Amino acid sequence: MTVIHDRPGNPAAGDADRPIGYGRIQRKEDPRFVRGQGHYIDDMVLPGMLHGAILRAPVAHARLVSIDTTNALAHPKVLAVITGKDLLALKLAWAPTLSADVQAVLVTDKVRFQGQEVAFVVAEDRYAARDALELIDVEYDLLPPVIDARKALDPDAPLIRDDLEGRTDNRIFDWEIGDEAETEAIFAAADVVVAQEVVYPRVHPAPMETCGAVADFDAVSGKLTLYETTQAPHAHRTLFAIVAGIPEHKIRIVSPDIGGGFGNKVGIYPGYILAVVGSIVTGKPVKWVEDRSENLMSTSFARDYIMQGEIAATKDGKILALRTSVLADHGAFNATAQPTKNPAGFFSIFTGSYDLKAAFCKVRGVYTNKAPGGVAYACSFRVTEAVYLVERMVDILARKLDMDPAELRLKNFIKPEQFPYANKTGWVYDSGSYEEAMRLSMKMAGYEELRREQAEKRERGELMGIGVAFFTEVVGAGPRKHFDIVGLGMADGAELRVHPTGKAVVRLSVQSQGQGHETTFAQIVAEELGIPPENIDVVHGDTDQTPFGLGTYGSRSTPVSGGAVALVARKVREKAKLIAAAMLETRPEDLEWEKGRWFVKGDPGAGKTIEEIAMAAHGTMTLPEGIDGNLDAEVTYDPPNLTFPFGAYICVVDIDPGTGHVKVRRFIAVDDCGTRINPMIIEGQVHGGLTDGVGMALMEIIEFDEAGNCLGGSFMDYLIPTAMEVPDWETGFTVTPSPHHPIGAKGIGESATVGSPPAIVNAIVDALAPYGVVHMDMPCTPARVWEAMQGRPRPPI
Amino acid sequence: MQIPAPFDYERASSVNDALELLARHGPESRVVAGGHSLLPMMKLRLARPEWLIDINDLFELDFILLEGDHLRVGALTRHTALLESAEVARLFPIISDAEAVIADPVVRNRGTIGGSLCQADPAEDLSTVCDVLRAVAVVRGPGGERLVDMKDFHRGPYETAVAPDELLCEVRFAVRPNSGSAYEKVERRVGDWAVAAAGAAISLADDGSVDAAAIGLTALGLDGTVAEAEGVLLGQQPREELFVEAGRVAASACDPIADQRGGIDYKRHLADELTRRVLRLACARAAGTQEG
Ligand SMILES: Cc1cc2nc3c(=O)[nH]c(=O)nc-3n(C[C@H](O)[C@H](O)[C@H](O)COP(=O)(O)OP(=O)(O)OC[C@H]3O[C@@H](n4cnc5c(N)ncnc54)[C@H](O)[C@@H]3O)c2cc1C
Repeated sequence: MTVIHDRPGNPAAGDADRPIGYGRIQRKEDPRFVRGQGHYIDDMVLPGMLHGAILRAPVAHARLVSIDTTNALAHPKVLAVITGKDLLALKLAWAPTLSADVQAVLVTDKVRFQGQEVAFVVAEDRYAARDALELIDVEYDLLPPVIDARKALDPDAPLIRDDLEGRTDNRIFDWEIGDEAETEAIFAAADVVVAQEVVYPRVHPAPMETCGAVADFDAVSGKLTLYETTQAPHAHRTLFAIVAGIPEHKIRIVSPDIGGGFGNKVGIYPGYILAVVGSIVTGKPVKWVEDRSENLMSTSFARDYIMQGEIAATKDGKILALRTSVLADHGAFNATAQPTKNPAGFFSIFTGSYDLKAAFCKVRGVYTNKAPGGVAYACSFRVTEAVYLVERMVDILARKLDMDPAELRLKNFIKPEQFPYANKTGWVYDSGSYEEAMRLSMKMAGYEELRREQAEKRERGELMGIGVAFFTEVVGAGPRKHFDIVGLGMADGAELRVHPTGKAVVRLSVQSQGQGHETTFAQIVAEELGIPPENIDVVHGDTDQTPFGLGTYGSRSTPVSGGAVALVARKVREKAKLIAAAMLETRPEDLEWEKGRWFVKGDPGAGKTIEEIAMAAHGTMTLPEGIDGNLDAEVTYDPPNLTFPFGAYICVVDIDPGTGHVKVRRFIAVDDCGTRINPMIIEGQVHGGLTDGVGMALMEIIEFDEAGNCLGGSFMDYLIPTAMEVPDWETGFTVTPSPHHPIGAKGIGESATVGSPPAIVNAIVDALAPYGVVHMDMPCTPARVWEAMQGRPRPPI
Repeated sequence: MQIPAPFDYERASSVNDALELLARHGPESRVVAGGHSLLPMMKLRLARPEWLIDINDLFELDFILLEGDHLRVGALTRHTALLESAEVARLFPIISDAEAVIADPVVRNRGTIGGSLCQADPAEDLSTVCDVLRAVAVVRGPGGERLVDMKDFHRGPYETAVAPDELLCEVRFAVRPNSGSAYEKVERRVGDWAVAAAGAAISLADDGSVDAAAIGLTALGLDGTVAEAEGVLLGQQPREELFVEAGRVAASACDPIADQRGGIDYKRHLADELTRRVLRLACARAAGTQEG
């Protein structure tokens, strides 16, 4: 639960021009963060609280022979040691994942990835808990691991999931979409076809705050209060009811301030369940917070897609069709957070921003002996992979045709008048003005001038690259009839109460991990009702205090909850209209709205402000028929379609020819997220996403050695970018509202993460053109760039 | 939070006190200076000292002094102090070059030259710098003070001549006329350890020929400087063909391993490329044609 106690002033604007509604205002939540007064899981202290620590497997694939906990239990500060055997007795050894699979909470039979949970110690303090881990004696019988996804289906590949009935190989799913025959016909007849393997390696969300929980089970009332790092408190409550058998009304999930999620905090990790078991067993609250290595090695990763791309075009550059076949590494358990019908998420948006005649894709998911997940990192449900593929393929085509990559894109964009546009894989794009965004980015970049500079530098042997990428996102799932998480429809609720004095509280089903919900959602109510944002509290993250909904991931908060909040405010506004009419002794249809006030048409002096109406609603006057004595409302918003934000990105890099070191010199990002609620927050989201993009393009990768040891288990090994690696971002925007969304907003959370990696890699490949480089895979570290320059680029996996 | 194994802690009040504490607690005790190498290893439980002897109060070891033809640097001198010293930049630009690319400001504010040298990580930048400058370590122990040349100081990765009951107190650099030095590092990200790095120091005779040369490589599997490459320059007028030849020799002399930072051939290439670069710059600085 996060309630604003401290309303900041707003130095961004003078009192007079401070927006009551949309506009640039400072974030309401920031004063507590910048003063170190945020309240995260690890800040929680409950009376009598104990501490848990997890023993993790040191190997990737091994049969569990025995566990001896005697010495750990003898530690004077240890209260309990829980093993898989104990959980089997409680029927808690396995838990459902978010993708119709099961995941071991503690190993009972076999270790399936390095870092897997083997035992849980509960002790009086976190130091004793950690020390006691070393006192547990475990015997393993090593098995050969499956590390290379390409070999997961070899006939002699060891079977990872022998726990699953009837399973004979490591296949999870085969999924396809599009018209294969039609696509083949177009490819067969096309003037030009280019093919390329494009790898998006495994990366990690690496939020600054690792995952953790404090479980507090009250044996008397039977109520479980679980404080946890979750992006989806309501979905977790339902899942806990199913997993732990605790009735849902006896579960309260509280998600306090969250230090970054990026999808890492969507799933339910064994640690959360173990904290609950620990609390039930000891009768005391139990805190478990993982350390950095545990987070990097065991929690949801992202990507790990090996994509074979093919693109067909006419010789004058009209793109005709796209085709891809993907090998997806899902790790040891299929724990991807995806809507049930979409095992490859929304990857089928790989048709991008182009008007194609045909498209076809197939995706094969396999198990490997690696950490499970595949959810996360500003994923938009795999749009990141899709956009990267198409934008690389278009660039490779441009090279083949000897066309300017911006020119080629302009030639093939879906035109504004074609919207709503049905693509070849089942999506209906809501609105777009692609050429406008592209031209704006080129103007901001000084595109022609940059190309001239590049030509001059090439003469001198200097390596400068200009990368162009254009993306179309697909965010804001539902509609609920098409999209669900473990059967829960993807809709979101909102409740709004206007107190007698005209101050308000709005309750959301989504949970912020840093996106600025407490500001953005207050601004939406402010825009609709004319109540200043500082007079609106935003409550979120506590299932006892907020309406049901599916949570924050896939850039869905503004498209879904934003719609809910606008609609609930409008409901209140309509109710206020009826009360105002009674107050003014006139008919509702004679009233007109201006921000904050209903007044009589033609008589602007005769009106009632929302404050006056709120007081009257709670006062003594006789209310119109059917109106309750309050100014409250609630809604659940089921979006009619997804929204399709888009953007045009241009990146300029310089590469040191002697060392292969890449410097991102400039980055121009033009985003269109429809209606802009708070431009400052939008820019913040874009800056963060672009920085993520630099990380993925240049340095981030979770690698494994042949034995399955994770090589990215610390921030010394898993590099994330700093301010030193990023340029001053140059942001711009166009506004193409979503026609179906209540306020026309489309979501911005993941746009930049989706759009920036291809822009950067395109720039690097462009810089390396003199060396004949057509493609190189991320991460573009100095060594890998140099290898590409030597004519032997290497896939990272 | 990563939690180290249990340990005890004492804070030394003087060099003598620190030596006494080391003697009293025996080989399972470790000195902690900036803690930026030791504490991460303890958190990962790769290091498990039973006693930590904190030397951060030993201000007597925190100094940069020019005395005659020597620059004396106390072992507790922080990276930041070295980076910000105008005197260091003037006399030994290689130190400023290196310090600018060691870790990040947070680490540099705590990490010390003494800790860096005693840690002796193969990718540690100041070890190369001290090798190249032919520095002398001043070590004190129960038996008193001794001076150790850098070539004797290093004993391979993570091993030095400093015994468990000794303290590194000071590093001395000889100031030579007409000299110049430089350091260059390739890293995957600012603050990352080197993929590879090279340092060079050159002194010129009156006729402009190379009087003394030192070339060192970081994270490339070598202890000490690359004598074969240095030989290419000695007695010669500095010029591009010699830099190229020295680079070639350095590349074949080094012995890198393949890891996530890069393959062997790339690292060898860097030995060549970076050797050429630092020689160019060091010679230019020595000739006074290139400022700091
Ligand atoms: C994120 C990060 C990035 C880094 N990047 C780089 C880099 O790019 N390049 C680089 O060179 N270094 C890098 N470092 C290491 C950094 O420079 C350390 O500060 C330095 O290596 C150790 O110095 P310290 O004072 O912190 O030593 P400590 O950690 O306190 O000690 C290290 C070792 O030296 C011993 N010791 C310390 N002082 C003495 C003494 N006076 N006498 C005897 N023994 C002593 C200790 O007992 C211990 O064994 C990095 C460190 C971090 C955390």
